[in-house]
Amino acid sequence: MRWQTDPLLVVDHLTMRFGGLTAVNNLSFSVGRKDITALIGPNGAGKTTVFNCVTGFYKPTEGRLALARSGIATSQEVAALTATGKRHAQSAGADLYLLERMPGHEIAREARVARTFQNIRLFSGMTVLENLIVAQHNALMAASGYTVLGLIGAPSFVRRQREAVEVAKSWLERIHLTDRADDPAGELPYGAQRRLEIARAMCIDPVLLCLDEPAAGLNPRESGDLNELLRSIRDEGKTSLFLIEHDMSVVMQISDHVIVLDYGTKIADGDPKSVREDPKVIAAYLGVSDEEELEKVEAELSK
Amino acid sequence: MASENSASPSRLALALKEGVIAALLAALLEFPIIDYQAAANIDNRLVLTSRFGLAMTIVAIVFIARVSIYLYQTRVVARAVVKVKGPSVFAPYVQWINYAGIAALVVFPFVILTLLGSGGALKWVNNYGVQILIYVMLGWGLNIVVGLAGLLDLGYVAFYAVGAYSYALLSTKFGLSFWICLPLAGILAALWGMILGFPVLRLRGDYLAIVTLAFGEIIRTVLINWTDFSNGYAGISSIPHITFFGLPFDDDDHGTFSSFFHIAYSPIHRTIFLYFLILTLALTTNFVTIRLRRLPIGRAWEALREDEIACRSLGINTTTTKLTAFAMGAMFAGFAGSFFAVRQGFVSPESFTFVESSTILAIVVLGGMGSQMGVVLAAILMIGGTEILRELEFLKAIFGKGFDPVQYRMLLFGLAMVLMMIWRPRGIISSRMPSIFLAERKSISGANVSEGHG
Repeated sequence: MRWQTDPLLVVDHLTMRFGGLTAVNNLSFSVGRKDITALIGPNGAGKTTVFNCVTGFYKPTEGRLALARSGIATSQEVAALTATGKRHAQSAGADLYLLERMPGHEIAREARVARTFQNIRLFSGMTVLENLIVAQHNALMAASGYTVLGLIGAPSFVRRQREAVEVAKSWLERIHLTDRADDPAGELPYGAQRRLEIARAMCIDPVLLCLDEPAAGLNPRESGDLNELLRSIRDEGKTSLFLIEHDMSVVMQISDHVIVLDYGTKIADGDPKSVREDPKVIAAYLGVSDEEELEKVEAELSK
Repeated sequence: MASENSASPSRLALALKEGVIAALLAALLEFPIIDYQAAANIDNRLVLTSRFGLAMTIVAIVFIARVSIYLYQTRVVARAVVKVKGPSVFAPYVQWINYAGIAALVVFPFVILTLLGSGGALKWVNNYGVQILIYVMLGWGLNIVVGLAGLLDLGYVAFYAVGAYSYALLSTKFGLSFWICLPLAGILAALWGMILGFPVLRLRGDYLAIVTLAFGEIIRTVLINWTDFSNGYAGISSIPHITFFGLPFDDDDHGTFSSFFHIAYSPIHRTIFLYFLILTLALTTNFVTIRLRRLPIGRAWEALREDEIACRSLGINTTTTKLTAFAMGAMFAGFAGSFFAVRQGFVSPESFTFVESSTILAIVVLGGMGSQMGVVLAAILMIGGTEILRELEFLKAIFGKGFDPVQYRMLLFGLAMVLMMIWRPRGIISSRMPSIFLAERKSISGANVSEGHG
């Protein structure tokens, strides 16, 4: 169980309240390094809220999100960092970040957590290539000497920008969009936009890539291509994947670890096979399976 | 075709119905305004004169106009064919058009001078050349904030005022020369851009527009009321004039521009020098903006306009990105402001009203947000158009002695805006050029480009 032996992200007692509504309640889980971890659950279970907490779009009401960019962080190290009130600690063992203390853009820049969105958010008026170059903003910004060197056209910046284009080109190859590099992203077909959004997120060189329903709206062939792409990203070993998905075939085929949410709490956590057979998951996610289950649920409710 | 034949009578009926509604609305609106002319007689009593005929004529005009517009519009719909737009015929020549434009701007004052002599040329170089170029420069500066970063700024004139007062105060109180004040004015304006930027970072769209509008008014109100600092309504006069790198443009035999170059004194020398100064400043603004667009910061501005949330997810610090856009735009307004002060020799809060902000914004929107060439065309149209109205003296022969065409400026301006919204809702030049390309630079249709959310 890689998520226990080599966790990349450890979520501890995460709670997110919006006024009186508790979207996520006391949730703890970990995401393994080099795993594909799937977060599933019925609509309104709080999956996207968890994502928004991890990527810094929401500040969690309570809880800790510890990400070890490299190495394995011991619980003492995590506790020590929590006590200091800082957001980052570098030790011999691990490069540790506390995500709940960081604003969104720093989570992407420092802790290297990238994400995609449920409703695609591309820069639709910019070309496919520009989308991939914008994603490398921070590296290029430093290379352009915070604009000063870039303005005078310093060779070091020109070289660095050429490298950025090479990175973009290699991603275009992988998502089969090389011949559409100079077209506006908004004019791409839906499936290509999904792939481009993943490639764009990958251009920040992330350790954790969070995908919010990557297969939504894809046809079976595109969905198969997507599985291939996600597997190849995992197999390179630099980026772990964390995804929300409704399409069970995608989840069962590619994920190494499945976490099931219902009403903001975790009801199952394990490998795909054990989760699929878990009666609680069947009851909550797929609907109650038979009379017996139904009676059991009713008995529980009347207690 | 049968369907079209059966459709046409109902189309006419619908047109008449629309016409009647419009005529009724017009009648309702104009009844109190036009039908009864209110005037005071010799005893200072209110006298109402009925002008029923005039009112009915206007109602009839509205009716006919509405019917014909309706018929025209439905005709277009009936024939609607998807027009496949090829690349613009100008596309291969854009570079040459740009060079030719710059060359034309450089020779413009000399051509005018030869054609009209120094007396006639003064008006043309000053009222058309310098005046339009100031607005081109301001439009280019605001284009960074509104067109690239997508932040709607209704108080841009505040930075223009900061620039103008910087030069006015620094030169009159401390005797600093224009060439020292120019960068200082830019820096001060940029600083104020940041100061405004901080509180409005969280605001978007309408709210941002309102706060920037208020900021523009605050600066103006402070300039009016803080008399010790800015001399209030009276403004600051006798600001030192521009010198030719130390040589004043005076009518004198010693140490002046004319004596140094052994030419006869003429007031046109100063105007031409001012013309080249603003031309240089404006072209610098343009050059820097074009460079910035191809740098990470420029791309981040455009990405911010397209989708702020996606920007954050990619690790772009939206706070600093917005602040740099505000500061950069404000800086160019500061330069333009100090130029304004040295050109006029007098500044007062009157010059920095909301109308100025709205004119500059209108230039950016009319030109096509984000388009450098569009700003030039819109500035020529709007500022040049106003000046042209002054030339239309012959209209007095038609409409009578009291007719002043300049009075109709705002009316024409409003009409132009309405027509723009109908025909070119995204401005004169609405397409966007990509900042980088792999195989071919293709222009991006305005339909894909987002206008920003504030």
